[in-house]
Amino acid sequence: MTKRDPYGQNYYTPVPTNFTKRMRTNLFWQFLRFLTINIKMLRMVRKH
Amino acid sequence: MSRLLILGGGIAGQTAALHARRKLANNHEVVVVTPNSKWNWIPSNIWVGVGVMSVDQVTFHLEEIYKKEGIVYHQAKAMSIHPEGDANSSSPFVTIEYTKSGIEGTTEKLTYDYLINATGPKLKFEATKGLGPENNSLSVCTAGHAAQTSSALDEIVKAMKKGEKKKFLIGTGHGNCTCQGAAFEYLFNIEYELRRRGVRDKAEITWISNEQELGDFGIGGMHLKKGGYITHSKVFTESLYSERGIKWITRAHVNEVEKDQIHYETLDGKYFDETFDFAMLLPPFSGVGIKAFNKAGTDITSDLFAANGFMLVDGDYGKKSYEDWSPEDWPKTYQSPKYKNIFAVGIAFAPPHPISQPVSSPNGTPIFPTPPRTGMPSGVMARQVTYNIVDMINGKSDHPTREASLANMGAACIASAGTGFFNGTAVSMTMYPIIPDFNKYPETGRELRYTSGEIGLAGHWIKHFLHFAFIYKAKANPLWRIIPE
Repeated sequence: MTKRDPYGQNYYTPVPTNFTKRMRTNLFWQFLRFLTINIKMLRMVRKH
Repeated sequence: MSRLLILGGGIAGQTAALHARRKLANNHEVVVVTPNSKWNWIPSNIWVGVGVMSVDQVTFHLEEIYKKEGIVYHQAKAMSIHPEGDANSSSPFVTIEYTKSGIEGTTEKLTYDYLINATGPKLKFEATKGLGPENNSLSVCTAGHAAQTSSALDEIVKAMKKGEKKKFLIGTGHGNCTCQGAAFEYLFNIEYELRRRGVRDKAEITWISNEQELGDFGIGGMHLKKGGYITHSKVFTESLYSERGIKWITRAHVNEVEKDQIHYETLDGKYFDETFDFAMLLPPFSGVGIKAFNKAGTDITSDLFAANGFMLVDGDYGKKSYEDWSPEDWPKTYQSPKYKNIFAVGIAFAPPHPISQPVSSPNGTPIFPTPPRTGMPSGVMARQVTYNIVDMINGKSDHPTREASLANMGAACIASAGTGFFNGTAVSMTMYPIIPDFNKYPETGRELRYTSGEIGLAGHWIKHFLHFAFIYKAKANPLWRIIPE
């Protein structure tokens, strides 16, 4: 976990759990996210 | 026969030139004037700046592409526009000055029937004393700057490997900068690269920005729906900084950059110093400084251009307070109101006002981001304007019929946070519309279904794919037109 300085800038911010961090580079999950983000972007492109 | 003259060969200029050549019959001429001999995929400059890509990987020579496509190319810069011609002729023309080696400094008049100004920005390093690669800070705005920054990074890493601690300062070098996203990407790539090179523990990294809050990006930030909450991008962005141990200074206008420290003012009117060993600070932008003259030779620059050098188009440029801003203020066709055969796209058009709230310090220093105009909207407006001009040349219409208002357009941005096929990450953001519309979307100004942000390896794959896809497209390789803007 990220080291927090009491009452410092990073004391009040949300930081990801180890699980969240792992999922960011999990190949299976990221492949699904790759498809999802591309669909979102294509929908955006189609709007203009 | 008509001649379409395009000033600028960047993302917007190249998009306009390729679509125009594709759509217009061969008896019409498409002419590009750009001072650069190479096209640069600017979004990848941040990777040149950390040494993971070379200049050659993000640039290519324009001459051969234009030759192949039948586009007339002048390696020159536009000096002045004469929309009514001059005493000798009523044909509108542009005076250009060649930058090509061998004929450097030679001037020529190029007549036009239609003109697209896609000149991009002038990097205004001189706005802050000591700012810029010729002075005391580094830049990633051009591929050349990025290569210089990469060499500086290599040097500092050598010292860190010997055990020296170093301070990195990344961000914006003036109170009115835009393109925070590029500095944000460089910040995260530096942090990633220092980790990769095993010296992260020797680095203190600080972000400095003119944004009111992190995650503003010159668009007032955006709201994201996640985990049962609607949160501002400030929360997401602060989390990314905290996670990486990066400190941040916001609401800052850098007054001066010295060899090893900056002096800056914050929105509350206080003055501070910050020391550094390595500083990459973006400059503010202005128009490239083209002049305009009428038939009599009188200077009419202020009729065509705003005071910041960007071209006036069909936006509402009346002075309004922040509360009175409307999405309707934003240009739709990018046509000059005074000369109907002149258009401006990409960074070259004058925004009617900022997107982020304009604020000043008690000392009267304006400290707020100016509006970004990223690649995707630049490409879309260039395409729509070109299609309109093609219709006008072909006699299908006597006025522009397609619109490309930023108030009715979405954007997708991929911001790299480190490279690597298995461990790279990037922030993927989508938003709709770019200009918040609080009448249509009273809660957040944007449609939450189309507004999103997340970080992960998928974003890196997309960013890397886009690098190759857009260079492929800009080279006008087979089927380039199926790649969307």
